[in-house]
Amino acid sequence: MKQLVVKDIEKCVGCGLCMYACSRKFAKRPEIGNSSSAILAVSLSGFERGATVIFCRACTEPPCAQVCPTGALKPKKGGGVVYIENLCLGCKYCMDACTLNAIFEREDGKIAVCIHCGYCSNYCPHGVIAYEEVEV
Amino acid sequence: MRDAVLVIDLTNYSYEIEHRPDLFEKWIGGTGVAVQLLKEHMNPKADPLGEDNVIVLATGPFTPAYPLASKTVALFKSPLTGNLGESHAGGRTATSIANAGYGAIVIKGQSKKPVYLVVENGEVHFKDGRVIWGIPDSLIVGRIIAENEPGRGTRTMMRIGGAGERLVRYACVTTETYRHFGRLGLGAVFGSKKLKALIIRGRKKYLPADTKKFREVYDEIYRTAIESDAMKKYHLLGTAANIIPLNELNSLPTKNLQSARFESAEEISGEALAEHNLGRRIACSHCPIACIHLAALRIPYENEPYFYKTIMISYDYELIYSLGSMLGVGSRDGLLRLIHRVESYGLDAMSTGVCLAWATEALSKGIVSEKDTIIKLSFGDVENYLKAIDYIYEQPNEFYKHLAMGIEHASDVYGGKDFALTFGGNEMPGYHTGYAAHLGYATGLRHSHLDSAGYSIDQKVRDLTPREVIDRLISEECWRQVLSSLVVCFFARGIYTSDLISRAFEPLGVEISEEEIKRKGEEIYKEKLKLKVEMGFKPENLRFPKRIFKIESLHGKLDEKFVEEAKEYYIKKVREIIG
Ligand code: SF4
Ligand code: SF4
Ligand code: SF4
Ligand code: SF4
Repeated sequence: MKQLVVKDIEKCVGCGLCMYACSRKFAKRPEIGNSSSAILAVSLSGFERGATVIFCRACTEPPCAQVCPTGALKPKKGGGVVYIENLCLGCKYCMDACTLNAIFEREDGKIAVCIHCGYCSNYCPHGVIAYEEVEV
Repeated sequence: MRDAVLVIDLTNYSYEIEHRPDLFEKWIGGTGVAVQLLKEHMNPKADPLGEDNVIVLATGPFTPAYPLASKTVALFKSPLTGNLGESHAGGRTATSIANAGYGAIVIKGQSKKPVYLVVENGEVHFKDGRVIWGIPDSLIVGRIIAENEPGRGTRTMMRIGGAGERLVRYACVTTETYRHFGRLGLGAVFGSKKLKALIIRGRKKYLPADTKKFREVYDEIYRTAIESDAMKKYHLLGTAANIIPLNELNSLPTKNLQSARFESAEEISGEALAEHNLGRRIACSHCPIACIHLAALRIPYENEPYFYKTIMISYDYELIYSLGSMLGVGSRDGLLRLIHRVESYGLDAMSTGVCLAWATEALSKGIVSEKDTIIKLSFGDVENYLKAIDYIYEQPNEFYKHLAMGIEHASDVYGGKDFALTFGGNEMPGYHTGYAAHLGYATGLRHSHLDSAGYSIDQKVRDLTPREVIDRLISEECWRQVLSSLVVCFFARGIYTSDLISRAFEPLGVEISEEEIKRKGEEIYKEKLKLKVEMGFKPENLRFPKRIFKIESLHGKLDEKFVEEAKEYYIKKVREIIG
């Protein structure tokens, strides 16, 4: 089972290339912008303290899926969730449930969550993130 | 294409959103669009610190579609020169404006009380700024706002420090801590409008016209940026890599350009800073290079053993020049402390350094006295320079009031014009390479070394005639209007060729040939020059400080006659171009 993982968070420069890559991840519908991005680069309360990225760590017992009233988020085998967009109400209960704040609100009020596709890992110029086989 | 323009009126606390496809189709974005918006909204005779001055912030069509389209252009009337003000900054400003859905933002009017603005979701919130007004340290202001406003990771936070509030004519606007709308005094314009900060956040998207080609062109740009040598230089040492070579070429202005070689250049070089101080690198939004170099400076507390603070200080070539060699400061710790002080108050580092260098020489020549300067300024004396920076902010006497207005002004009052190193009223950048550099500062529409890169012409070719120098400078500046309308980082100019630009437009649904792109550059140059002339620019009045003819450069001693001839030709060209 492959997942998006962090290799060396200290090396993150906060460029957000991963975030824009995530917006382009669907070949048929690449987006320009950050609305559907499921990864976020932030400074640590100012860039003087460095930067980091926030994304889903693929819980084996995902609280976000547990609170979803419609089944739009379903636990995935091996960890993390699948997101069935047309079932999503936009209630954002899941956003509250995720301790990492790794679920983001989209422009249309629905949500963006990492599906561990690995696309963004090809665009981190500094080797901060990678797409790797992980043991379940 | 994004074509929304947000117009904010601080006098009435109101705003409007206009859609202007006309502007963005014809003038690309960035500088091209900003010139038109300034023409529409501002009286060219406006008082730069009055209600009528207007600030335009503009992004380009490639933000955030492609990497390295990471800059925002600010246009305004400069309180330093009284003419067109333009400065560019990176950070997260460009992507945040774009993701909030805007191509440009216009800020007019003047608030009666201090405010800060939050732009999001098609709305503008006018927030009470009285509590944060008066905090001189722009780093602290940034932290307070960061704690109080949502939008981590998707917002830009532009703000001023004490220098902007006190209308120092070369105060800057700081964004994301280490990037600046540095030159020509945008910070004082914010201050005059009682605008302490501007926060913009957004999470919008749009779709490319050709999905497949979009991803292909993206990948090509990305690969070129990380694989080629085109940007290696900025990768490794940053622009600070230039200190040693320029010093060796007799081109590093030192001690108010009483020399172009600095005996301690090694000490404050990019290499030395990287070895001893480099603590971290960070990047502007959507930039794979991460050229922002942060030095870690560990400072002990004198009276408390085992108590230290470690501060992170961003450095690059221009700062090392202006607060290092220009002030004869050859210690890295001293240099970094000066940079940090300038960063805290939100001053433009280049102008501050050049102003202090002039003041130092003026004092040594007896043009001003120690009563004026309060402390004894002398080259290399870091402690007193730190105090002098405080005084530029505090303005405790007449002298510092004048110095806070720039040295074009201060030398009108006290004399010392010959060694007041300004061009078009703007303090000089750090290249004494030869004719093209100085002619470039004078003729460049924002009097910046980045307008036309004369320093690079000087290093590449010799034996140009005065006319050839001017022609080359103008042609380079025309091309750079394309880059600053797109608005891509100038460091990526080797990547964004006219061919690539044309191909990058295609997936966005815009067909434009290489020739057309170049022609637009020329048209934008012309429009900007016209606006500058309407604002009172007279090429006849351009002044070349005598000092530059006295000191050996890469091209030997420069000849005044050469420069005069070039100026005559430039005056003719200006007439021709604006018709
Ligand atoms: S792995 Fe896929 S879904 Fe997750 S952040 Fe990266 S691109 Fe987005
Ligand atoms: S989104 Fe948050 S809660 Fe849900 S699986 Fe990922 S990390 Fe766990
Ligand atoms: S926002 Fe959508 S995915 Fe999240 S809990 Fe509500 S319905 Fe489920
Ligand atoms: S692309 Fe890499 S360095 Fe840049 S923000 Fe993402 S994780 Fe950090």
